[in-house]
Amino acid sequence: MPLLEIKNMTHHFGGLRAVHDYNLAIEPGQIRGLIGPNGAGKTTVFNLITGIYKPAQGHVILDGENIVGFQPYRIASKGLGRTFQNLRLWRHMTVLEHVKLAQYSKITYGLIGAFFGTPKRRKEEAEIKEKAYSLLKMMGVEHFADQIVINLPYGAQRRVEMARALATEPKILFLDEPTAGMNPEELRQMIGIIRQVRDTFGVAIFLIEHRLRMVMELCEQIQTLVFGEVIAEGVPEDIRNNPKVIEAYLGKEIIV
Amino acid sequence: MKNTDLPEAGKQDTFRTSLARIPLLGWLIGALVAVLLEHLTGLRLAEALLLPKVPVLFGLVTMLKTPLLIPSSVFYVLLIYILPTFIVARLTRPLTNRLSAGLFNLSPAVSAVIHLGVFYAALHLWSEISDYRVLTVKLTLIAIMLTLSLNLINGYMGEFSCSHPGFMALGAYTASVFTLSLFTDSRMFGTAVFQAGYGPFLFPAALILGGFTAAAGALIIAIPSFRTRGDYLAIISLAFMFIVKSMIENMEVIGGPRGLGGQPDYANLPAVFVWTVLCVWMINNFVQSVLGKALNAVRDDETAADAMTVNTRQTKMTAFMFGAFWAGIAGGLFAHVLRYVNPATFGIQNLAEVLAMVYFGGLNSVYGSIVGAVSMNLLGEALRPLEIYKWIIIPLLLILVMIFRPAGLIAFKEFNVRNLIRPRG
Ligand SMILES: Nc1ncnc2c1ncn2[C@@H]1O[C@H](COP(=O)(O)OP(=O)(O)OP(=O)(O)O)[C@@H](O)[C@H]1O
Ligand SMILES: [Mg+2]
Repeated sequence: MPLLEIKNMTHHFGGLRAVHDYNLAIEPGQIRGLIGPNGAGKTTVFNLITGIYKPAQGHVILDGENIVGFQPYRIASKGLGRTFQNLRLWRHMTVLEHVKLAQYSKITYGLIGAFFGTPKRRKEEAEIKEKAYSLLKMMGVEHFADQIVINLPYGAQRRVEMARALATEPKILFLDEPTAGMNPEELRQMIGIIRQVRDTFGVAIFLIEHRLRMVMELCEQIQTLVFGEVIAEGVPEDIRNNPKVIEAYLGKEIIV
Repeated sequence: MKNTDLPEAGKQDTFRTSLARIPLLGWLIGALVAVLLEHLTGLRLAEALLLPKVPVLFGLVTMLKTPLLIPSSVFYVLLIYILPTFIVARLTRPLTNRLSAGLFNLSPAVSAVIHLGVFYAALHLWSEISDYRVLTVKLTLIAIMLTLSLNLINGYMGEFSCSHPGFMALGAYTASVFTLSLFTDSRMFGTAVFQAGYGPFLFPAALILGGFTAAAGALIIAIPSFRTRGDYLAIISLAFMFIVKSMIENMEVIGGPRGLGGQPDYANLPAVFVWTVLCVWMINNFVQSVLGKALNAVRDDETAADAMTVNTRQTKMTAFMFGAFWAGIAGGLFAHVLRYVNPATFGIQNLAEVLAMVYFGGLNSVYGSIVGAVSMNLLGEALRPLEIYKWIIIPLLLILVMIFRPAGLIAFKEFNVRNLIRPRG
């Protein structure tokens, strides 16, 4: 049984058919890619799976359980972590606070601990902090820990977002254009980080990318979405040579 | 630690650095000495300076009433408060630094309690000089509770709530009915059930009951308001405030529009002080915990908070009810300080005042709420001689703050007690 299975997922925005009859099966530890031109519906697929929108039709099955209609926070707690295409950081909070907060669902000290500052809270928060630091270190941004997140350079903010997503202890990590706006050097580092994350945590990764070079290098399986429909699916080699994909990307950087 | 004045050798001990190295304990002891001095010599000095009586609020009122007395008032404040505080704080610096360090190493909690004790002693002695001072201090402390608890919702959580007067009213009336019916012979509720002697000990129960009533009211608002995203809270909470007010007006059992009076005199200065400290301590604990930081996340980006496993609805409801609880406690204290309440008190004017204190002092900040409540209260009292012009000056001041510091005077600053009480030498 796959870790995450999506069957016949369909969604409309008014008259616009954003996603149509979408299917997917992700195995533990896999790295998979989702490509497609602007407005193809890639981000919508993420939003449907993570519960921001409720699909009009279809099933989203995580570990054998249909999670359609669950609140986003519950879906996240069940092991779907994500980053956002246009960074969604908390502008008044420090980097460390971001990564601490993402461990919210692990907290057991409850309101008593929060109101009275019990020893149990102190102990738990120390553990949370330690874990947050180790994730920040892994992403190479621990020296920013006490800074307000919006004061960081863009590349560092992306890393913070990734550390934050990892802090939720996901089984599958959804990355929406993790290298958008990065220079080639940062891009290479990000590829390394994604591999390292998969190898360290054994987490499956599902990523949306515009830079095909990166997708081809990183992913085991790639789907191509055009106008909400998957027109091609397969290993990088197949995708690269698929005439439909080439057509969809006509004039774009496809021949890598 | 051994020689606290060591850095002086290398660095020039300028006036500023010299002051920066005085620990909080030093300032508090300085203030205590100044207040003692006022007790001993205040009256005589006032007479010598041709002041009609001891200036009651740092001479602020006197100065506006009779501008001729400005120099005398300034002298008084300088001689009684400022100079003694500075001199004592500076002279005891080596001692207070060593003491602070010792206490801090022993236990920061113990040290904090001792700081509070010294602070309370100074406050108590200062307010003892006149009943007016006692009343002002009590109302200011209550204002701190109201401001901070509203800041939790409007600042930390970033929603706009207008129901604080309603919560306050619920707390005030619940606590009043509790104490009036159980411990006093009143026309409305008949003879006392318990001996009056138990009253002061059960007063906390009355307040807490009031707090829970307010929290229950908050639940009624929270269920529809936080179901979906959007700005429903402002409207619903405003409606709630009016509903509570007219509900009380129509309940003859608790006095209707005439109000409810004769509450026993339980809210003395130590009681109000302890409740205020509890309020600040608990809210500060909450907002610094990960559970409390979730409020900031909900405010800054709710979608991201959701995606990071934060149960946003529960977070908002809890914080809203917690804020209401403290508004209820403050209301109960308020009723027992004035020993009279009527529904007209808990209207739009009250709302405007609390909102002003929150936004003036600073959003998302315990310091801000304290500064906002204290300065607005003192200003309100000090500007009293100006009568109607007071209501021009205060809003103007607010507008200025909004222009130059849109989030308030001391916004987004963590209230770090350890840092506050640490030695500085
Ligand atoms: N909440 C919404 N309401 C209405 N239309 C939407 C909404 N979200 C997305 N859309 C539309 O759905 C289509 C797919 O959008 P989506 O953001 O999923 O594209 P994408 O593949 O992620 O594009 P890009 O590469 O630009 O990020 C677009 O036409 C978009 O305008
Ligand atoms: Mg997108």
